[in-house]
Amino acid sequence: MSDAELVLELRGITKQFPGVLANDRVDFDLREGEVHALLGENGAGKSTLMSVLYGLYHPDAGDIMVHGDRVRMDTPKEAIVRGIGMVHQHFMLIPVMTVAENIVLADEPTKAGVVLDFAAARRDVEEIAARFNFAIDPDSRIENISVGQQQRVEILKALYRKADILILDEPTAVLTPQEAEELFAILKGLVAEGMSIIFISHKLNEVLEIADRITVLRRGKKVETLPAAGATEEGLARLMVGREVLLRVEKAPAKPGEPFLEVDDLHVLDDRELPAVRGVSFEVRSGEIVGIAGVDGNGQTELVEALTGLRAAAGGRFSVDGKNLTGATTHRILDAGVGHIPEDRQRRGLVLEFTLAENMGLHDFDKRPNSRFGWLRPGRLVQRAQQLIDEFDVRGGGPGTLAKSLSGGNQQKVVVAREVGADPRVLIAAQPTRGLDVGAIEFVHRRLLEERDQGRAVLLVSLELDEVMSLSDRILVMYEGEIVGEFGPDASEDELGVAMLGGAQEEEAAA
Amino acid sequence: MTSAPAQPEPQPEAAPDAGQETAAARLERWQRAGGVVAPVVTALLAFLVGGLVVLATGSNPLEVYKGIWSGTGLEWVYQFGSHDVTIPFTDTKVWFPWDTGSRAAENLQQTLLLTATMIFLGLAVAFAFRCGLFNIGIQGQYLMGAYMAIWIGSSFAGLNSFVHIAFAVVAAALIGAAWAGIAGILKATVGAHEVISTIMLNWTAYYFGLYLFAQGGPLQNKEQVFSPTSNTVVEGARLPVFWGDPLLQGLHVGFFLALAALVAFWVVINRTTLGYEVRAVGFNPDAARYGGISVARNYFLAMAIAGVFAGLAGGVDMLGQRFSIGFSDIQSSTWIFVGIAVALLGRNTALGVGLAALVFGGLVNGTATRNIPPEVFDIPEQAGNLSLTIQALVLLFIGADILILYLWSKTGQRIGVGRRSPL
Repeated sequence: MSDAELVLELRGITKQFPGVLANDRVDFDLREGEVHALLGENGAGKSTLMSVLYGLYHPDAGDIMVHGDRVRMDTPKEAIVRGIGMVHQHFMLIPVMTVAENIVLADEPTKAGVVLDFAAARRDVEEIAARFNFAIDPDSRIENISVGQQQRVEILKALYRKADILILDEPTAVLTPQEAEELFAILKGLVAEGMSIIFISHKLNEVLEIADRITVLRRGKKVETLPAAGATEEGLARLMVGREVLLRVEKAPAKPGEPFLEVDDLHVLDDRELPAVRGVSFEVRSGEIVGIAGVDGNGQTELVEALTGLRAAAGGRFSVDGKNLTGATTHRILDAGVGHIPEDRQRRGLVLEFTLAENMGLHDFDKRPNSRFGWLRPGRLVQRAQQLIDEFDVRGGGPGTLAKSLSGGNQQKVVVAREVGADPRVLIAAQPTRGLDVGAIEFVHRRLLEERDQGRAVLLVSLELDEVMSLSDRILVMYEGEIVGEFGPDASEDELGVAMLGGAQEEEAAA
Repeated sequence: MTSAPAQPEPQPEAAPDAGQETAAARLERWQRAGGVVAPVVTALLAFLVGGLVVLATGSNPLEVYKGIWSGTGLEWVYQFGSHDVTIPFTDTKVWFPWDTGSRAAENLQQTLLLTATMIFLGLAVAFAFRCGLFNIGIQGQYLMGAYMAIWIGSSFAGLNSFVHIAFAVVAAALIGAAWAGIAGILKATVGAHEVISTIMLNWTAYYFGLYLFAQGGPLQNKEQVFSPTSNTVVEGARLPVFWGDPLLQGLHVGFFLALAALVAFWVVINRTTLGYEVRAVGFNPDAARYGGISVARNYFLAMAIAGVFAGLAGGVDMLGQRFSIGFSDIQSSTWIFVGIAVALLGRNTALGVGLAALVFGGLVNGTATRNIPPEVFDIPEQAGNLSLTIQALVLLFIGADILILYLWSKTGQRIGVGRRSPL
């Protein structure tokens, strides 16, 4: 294995940004036919290193060797010429064009040098897809295919340009677990064909599953390169964060009290006016965490939106602390003591162009002491923001910093600080750790448990089964808009998995 | 206003990763500086290309720009001397370092008159922009304000002057608010796009004016029955002139109203809960809704407040310098483009709108035919065309702001602060 040819070598890459040493003499190499994972927390310098390799940034120091030649990467074009392809986290595809058109874009086969040869484009794409065993229809439009398929188009794009080194930047962040499995199968096929792959991630389990070797970065420095065989999640987490991390949350048994959130036969429609939530009933008591597990798109989003007044309920009722809030505005629901960590912090949770102080006042800027008689008191907002920043250890800025300049983990801390800081009775947390790294996930989990122990009723909605299982005192499984099962905290993954795919329902019917 | 509570000063530097924090602070300063630099570069670029056009037509651009500068009257500011000034609305004379009766002073008065109108119109566009709305309806709102001011100003003769003026001005503001509010309500309730509805309201206001002042129309001038024009605003309803000759369009107190509007804009946007809501909706309606803010209510309020500014523009114009409105005035009013240009060049901030209005006011006045020396252009009308060219170029280059900011960030990257670190 070790005598396999090195297709790529980065030596002593250093890249300085104002106030931050993003890469500090990082060495990295890639062997032919391997998957080499680049692991690190958000902000560890993974993306910077790959941007240097792909010609997006010019390093302050260091060498890049491709197939043994020392090269200078000034633009992505040079990287492409050298056989390096990159699949970005956010796809660079044109929605209204077909798969084949997107793949050949900027390198189109032509007839007589001018006219685009559609037939040849289709043929080329089909050929490559067949060679690497990709199931994809070259004539579908990008806007009509799933995210997982779009990612395959991106990979095909790189292959079409004859890449033999593929960089994948957080490829599973946008995928469902099933799609991630499919991706891994594809990657294994590519490696078998002799491709070399750099796999950027901060998810420990998938790195262990897919990689041959793992390089861990921390604060811009390479910590270690180790073979995946024999590595453990705990060991990798320690390397990433620099200290012991509790991957499993320690928690005392819940002491449930009064029911704070009661939901009774709730029906909700989705954007297409089709039933998304169909007669859901449950309650969340003070001092317990109720987790809702389920595959994405089974009504969880609509349920949360209905409970927070963002979507009208089509039937049924719900109440907070005994007060019926069916049909109430978001404003009234929040005032009644509901905190809401939304599933998409950038779209909903934050006004990115606002300062942290302004963001932390998003629910109560119009209440004393933040304002009086319609007059805003920015000083008060700043004061309170500073307290929350200290308490929740938000890093990267002060009350006057714009939210968009924080890292994802710190943005989420701002949201959590605001929602918890308002001292709610019911805390609804939707995907509270999506896109966060190990350290930030640990923080959010610990915080949710603390809030539970302080007597709040916590409703946790998450697609990460691990998260639901480790935090919840009771687990409800949602399938096609209904709650198909309730489980205790010690339910097995298999039991839940079967229920999440609707199995429980069929068993009931059979019984 | 009472003294503000002691504001906690920026937190100590002891944060665990102070290095990153200063980087963020520097970045923000840099971006804010970019917000100033980009419009300045935009304007300079427009004048540069305008100069090339002049050159191509065979005139000397330096001479032309000298002529325009002199035409704006802004040279008055640095023409010091020893003069007397009459304190407005009294007979008392005191010493003053500027000559208030010079040619430059007269030009400056005209520039500031235009500036005042442009401030109102720029604010009308900017306020809606801050809520994420494109108020292309300032022309209709302006006209409705003008009609209202003309109607009240030419009626109720004998009313106490102050009451009469206040009545007319407030009514003009309210009709502007109502007119823009229609588009706001349509947007808030059924989601009708404000661009479409305000354009339709522009035409409605336009034809409404033609109806009002047509021969035999309800507000047509009773003395000149054969001309399609309005009655004239009575003496008592005219805005007092505080600088210059009242008979030759001196500078009236509407200018101060415009400055007050700038302050009001800043205060409402930055210091009230309403402004907070408007900005939140403008930046991110989803987040605003999630935070319990009614997006629909803010769409309506933002449009209505924008309409206040546009209505004031029409009212102040009529009560301060025009005193009547006719078919030709209605047909030739092209305020929408100026208002949009002012708001965009001023980046939708109070200070920016004020400065951009001064630039455009100076440009329009400086290129007025009477201000360009005859030896510069063979055909004096070319000056006006140059003015339009430069205005158009500014609009064009504002679209290129992105490009300028990009180049700016490239430079920044070279000296180590511009591009955001991806961390």
